[in-house]
Amino acid sequence: MSDLMKVSSNPHIRSKVTSGNIMLAVVIALLPAAGFGIYNFGLDALILILITVAATVLTEFLYEKLMHKKVTIGDFSAVVTGLLLALNLPPAAPWWIGVIGGVFAILVVKMLFGGLGQNFMNPALGARCFLLISYTSIMCNFDCDAYTGPTPLASLKAGEGVNILDMVIGKTGGTIGETSMIAIVVGACFLILLGVIDLKISGSYIVTFVLFIVLFGGHGPDPAYVSAHLSGGGLMLGAFFMATDYVTRPITSKGQYVYGVILGILTGIFRIFGPSAEGVSYAIILGNLLVPLIEKLTMPKAFGKGGKRA
Amino acid sequence: MKQNSISERLINGLIRENPTFVLMLGMCPTLAVTTSAVNGLGMGLTTMVVLALSNMFISLLRKVIPDKVRIPAFIVIIASFVTVVELLLKAFIPFLYDALGLYIPLIVVNCIILGRAEAYASKNGVALSLFDGVGMGLGFTVALTIIGAVREILGAGEVFGLAVMPESYVPCSIFVMAPGAFFVLAVLTAIQNKVKIAGEKKGKDMSKVQSGCGFDCMNCGEAGCSSRREEQKQTAKEPDLEVIEITDDEDEPINGKAMPEAKAAPEEGPKAMSETMQKEKEEESNG
Repeated sequence: MSDLMKVSSNPHIRSKVTSGNIMLAVVIALLPAAGFGIYNFGLDALILILITVAATVLTEFLYEKLMHKKVTIGDFSAVVTGLLLALNLPPAAPWWIGVIGGVFAILVVKMLFGGLGQNFMNPALGARCFLLISYTSIMCNFDCDAYTGPTPLASLKAGEGVNILDMVIGKTGGTIGETSMIAIVVGACFLILLGVIDLKISGSYIVTFVLFIVLFGGHGPDPAYVSAHLSGGGLMLGAFFMATDYVTRPITSKGQYVYGVILGILTGIFRIFGPSAEGVSYAIILGNLLVPLIEKLTMPKAFGKGGKRA
Repeated sequence: MKQNSISERLINGLIRENPTFVLMLGMCPTLAVTTSAVNGLGMGLTTMVVLALSNMFISLLRKVIPDKVRIPAFIVIIASFVTVVELLLKAFIPFLYDALGLYIPLIVVNCIILGRAEAYASKNGVALSLFDGVGMGLGFTVALTIIGAVREILGAGEVFGLAVMPESYVPCSIFVMAPGAFFVLAVLTAIQNKVKIAGEKKGKDMSKVQSGCGFDCMNCGEAGCSSRREEQKQTAKEPDLEVIEITDDEDEPINGKAMPEAKAAPEEGPKAMSETMQKEKEEESNG
């Protein structure tokens, strides 16, 4: 008998993959986008990122101290939440926006539901939508020292021309981390090579979105229009870093494709038919809410179950 | 304090069985109209007037209303008072009428009012029912005003239209929108439960501050209550349990004599029950 068939008693071989490792990899993968944001928008962006990350980590630490629970800030999940949230904030936002968003993300969206692994919604996105509804004028003001005027997606929606090369590199207005497609894709490739994320969700999300844009965008298969939609807004950041969040994505393989397709359609609907130019955040949190249903419908059958009964 | 006295009814509605924070009744107006303290206060007082008057009249008519049509009869009484109050508001406090809008006619289907009619007014005297309505209404008013005030402070920086926050405060407008109502209600209820649990741990008598269920199923209007169903299940199962206990003792010769009697008794129970039920059914079909 080959060695592989043997079932021995413990100790077994231990995997070196821990949630801390994975989260650290995500932090590293987000650094290019964060770095480009700081280069693009200046020191204000760096300060906002630091404040937001500090707010999330401190909230988690204080909550767990006060509730006499094990302190879990060492697993970097709070850092990831803070970093993602900060990358979703406009660079000119005042410092307290980062604090309120960070506290809401950790306290309400994550901790009140039981901490890491229990939250039904991506904390960073939940907080972003909370801020977007509460402080609309601040969250939609993308004017800063470097850029004024509407974001590329807003001009695209208004029917104006956009410079696609600038959008791909990221030299446009927008939130801190969403502008540069190249920086985000570099980080995403790092995660894919490490095996932290795969293309099931991101791929099906982007492909569905492109199909939707071609069918309903009003421009047909115009490569300039489609690539402007792909590189503009938070699509890349959402597809690679937020839709793939381990906690809030479906666990079944089939379900992950379904989830990606739903996200693509929702994003398309919000961008083309909705009143605002962007819809990735709302699409992903709506998708998060559908995850239990998707998992139930795509649950693989156990061996011996299913088929016709004799 | 005496059970079922006037002051006990008032305290009961205000604190022990506060309709919003304890019984969780009437959530629709609670969540929808508490965008400001004034709206909460107005809605609470309007409901209180309707609740007190309808409780009083239902108690007056409780021996006249046939059991089968009691719900439609209650609704007619409640709807009459709601119409009166609605027209009065429209005539004398038009700004409140505009602010509350659709939610005034909806008081008819407010489950606090129907719940008190069903659980209390239809079984108790006129004066007690009136004060039960006033107590419940006050509890509702206080709860709605608190929720409205918190939402107004956070969402607009004001209370009753007066600015209380420093000028640099940027209102967090989600609190005057629908999601804010859920946040505020949940946090206030959690604080109330926290106070109660902390008090119980110190050994204080917290029976006056209840959370959810007071295990007083007889006087509770909560129809979909799970512990009430549990209780019913347990009482239904009890005869079986007795039989099992006795059969366990079968080996012992001392109890052997008592066996046949004990076994016969629980068997009679369900039979007698079903017979009376059949009789009742016949009566119903005859009537």
